[in-house]
Amino acid sequence: MREYSALALLKNAFSGNRDWKPAWRKPDPKPHYDVVIVGGGGHGLATAYYLASEHGITNVAVMEKGWLGGGNVGRNTTIVRSNYLLPANTGFYEHSMKLWENLSHELNYNVMFSQRGILNLAHTPGQADDYIRRGNAMRHEGIDAVWMNPAEIARKVPGLDVSAKARFPIVGGLMQPRAGTARHDAVAWGYARAADRRGVDMLENCEVTGFLRDGDRITGVMTTRGEIRARKVAVAVAGSTGRVMKLAGIDRLPIESHVLQAFVSESLKPAIDTVVTFGGGHLYVSQSDKGGLVFGGDIDGYNSYAQRGNLPVVEEVMSEMAALFPGWAGVRLLRSWGGIMDMSMDGSPIITAGPLPGLYLNTGWCYGGFKATPASGSCFAHTIARDAPHPLNAAFTLERFHRGAVIDEKGQGATPRLH
Amino acid sequence: MLITCPCCGPRDVSEFTYQGDANRTRPDPASTDQAAWNAYVYDRVNTAGAHREYWQHSGGCRSHLIVVRSTLTHRIDSVRFARDAADGARRRSGGAA
Ligand SMILES: Cc1cc2nc3c(=O)[nH]c(=O)nc-3n(C[C@H](O)[C@H](O)[C@H](O)COP(=O)(O)OP(=O)(O)OC[C@H]3O[C@@H](n4cnc5c(N)ncnc54)[C@H](O)[C@@H]3O)c2cc1C
Ligand SMILES: [Zn+2]
Repeated sequence: MREYSALALLKNAFSGNRDWKPAWRKPDPKPHYDVVIVGGGGHGLATAYYLASEHGITNVAVMEKGWLGGGNVGRNTTIVRSNYLLPANTGFYEHSMKLWENLSHELNYNVMFSQRGILNLAHTPGQADDYIRRGNAMRHEGIDAVWMNPAEIARKVPGLDVSAKARFPIVGGLMQPRAGTARHDAVAWGYARAADRRGVDMLENCEVTGFLRDGDRITGVMTTRGEIRARKVAVAVAGSTGRVMKLAGIDRLPIESHVLQAFVSESLKPAIDTVVTFGGGHLYVSQSDKGGLVFGGDIDGYNSYAQRGNLPVVEEVMSEMAALFPGWAGVRLLRSWGGIMDMSMDGSPIITAGPLPGLYLNTGWCYGGFKATPASGSCFAHTIARDAPHPLNAAFTLERFHRGAVIDEKGQGATPRLH
Repeated sequence: MLITCPCCGPRDVSEFTYQGDANRTRPDPASTDQAAWNAYVYDRVNTAGAHREYWQHSGGCRSHLIVVRSTLTHRIDSVRFARDAADGARRRSGGAA
C-alpha cells in the first residue's frame, strides 16, 4: 500500500518518472453495487474510503458528474478548525481534527495539513466574552484554545492594525493552535486513491439523472452511463442537494443553495503564518504555500445556483481586508471564483439515513464542510454500513428540524443566509 | 445585479435587503398544526430556476417587493410591491383586510 515514499521518489527520478501508476483506475460501471455514492467530492470519496477500510464494504461505486474533486472540495479556502461551542459540533469537528492529524500517514498521500493555527479577532468586550466562553467550552471538551491579548497578537501577526485608531480596534483574540489549512485537491485525490486501492470504482463523467425505485424504496440510480442497481444509495452532492433530491421526489428540505466567493492575490513574501478571521465584519485570510493570500467573506446572501458571485460582496471583502491589514491595500487580486453551498436552516450538518428507505443523505455543510471531510466520511460510512448513526452524528438528523432539536451554533434561528 | 423597483426605477442590488423565499404560506396564526408550522419555518423548495422571493428596497423607498429571479442566471423576470400580492391573495381567499 505504501507506494509513495522517499525511496520511490528517488527511484522514479532516475527512471524519468515513467513508472508511476495512475492514482485510480477508470473502470466501466458494474450493473450492481452494495453501495452507490452520488457525488465525487471530498465527502463522497471519504465515505467510500471509510466504508472499505472501517466496514469491509468494497463493492462500492462513487459517481461524479464531472471529474473527481472538481466541486467545492477543490474550491474552498482550505481552513480546518474545531473551535465550536455546542457539544454536538465540538465532538464531531474534534473527531475530524484528530483524523486530519494522521491523514497523510493513513492515506499515504501528502495532504499538506499545516497546523498553523487560527486566530479569531474580537473587537468589543462583548465579543471577547463570547470568544472566551467558546474557548472555555472547547477546553472542557479537551480541545486546545488560547486567549491572546493585543500585544501577543501584534507579535504573532505583523501587519495587522492593532492600534487604537483602527476602524475596529482589536481587544483580543481566540487562538486554536492545532487548527490550520490543508491542500484541498490532495484531500480528494488521496481519498480517491486509497478507496480505489481497496476496490472502490470511481465513475467519472457519470451524472445521476434519476432514481430507480420499488414503491418507496430506492433501489439504484439512472445515470448518463446507464442504470445501476444498488442495495444502498448515498447522496453527498453539497450545493446540488436540492436538485438531486428532487429527482428522488423530495421537493422540500431544510436547505437553501447560496454562492460563496473566494479570492487569491498575487504571491507575496511570507506575510502571515496563521489563519486570521476578522470579527468586526466577516473575513478569513491565510497565505498559501505559494505565497498568495487566500481569503473570503460572506455569502452573497440570496439563493443562487449560478456558481459566480456579484460585485458588492467583492467590494465588501476587499474593504474589510484593507481595514484589517492597511499594508495590503495595494496588493493585486489574481483571481476569484464562487461555489454553491448547501446552507442548512440551523447552520449545522445533516448526516442521516433516509429520507426514503434505501437512501442516505449527507448535506448542510454551509461555509465549513471542508474541515469536516474526514469525520463526515467516517460518520456517514458508519450510518450506511450499520443503518444507525455513529454517536458523533446522532444529533445531525433531518427530523431534528421537526422536533425543535436544532443545533444553532450562532443563535440566528432559521435564517440560512446568516449562518 | 440591478433590481427595477416599481417606485424608484433600476437600482443596484446593494440598495436592497434579501428577505428570503416567497413560496411559503404561513399557517393561520390560530393553527396548532405543529407539522405545518415546522414545514413553514424550516422547509424550502430551493428552486433552480425562476424563484419567487422577498426583497426590501431598504436603501431607497423602503418598499417590500416580490421579485421573480432566476437562481441559475440572476436574470430578473418581474418586480412588484409585496402589498399588491398580499391584497390579491386576500381577495382570492375572500378574507377581509
Ligand atoms: C468559496 C468557498 C470557500 C470555502 N471555504 C471553506 C473553508 O475554508 N473551510 C471549510 O471547512 N469549508 C469551506 N467551504 C465549504 C466546503 O468547501 C464544502 O462544505 C465542502 O467541500 C462540501 O463537500 P464536498 O467536498 O463533498 O462537496 P463537492 O466537492 O462540491 O462534491 C459534490 C460533488 O457532487 C457532484 N454532483 C452533483 N450533482 C451530481 C449528480 N447529479 N450526479 C453525480 N455527481 C453530482 C458535483 O459535481 C461535486 O463534485 C468553502 C466553500 C466555498 C464554496
Ligand atoms: Zn424603491
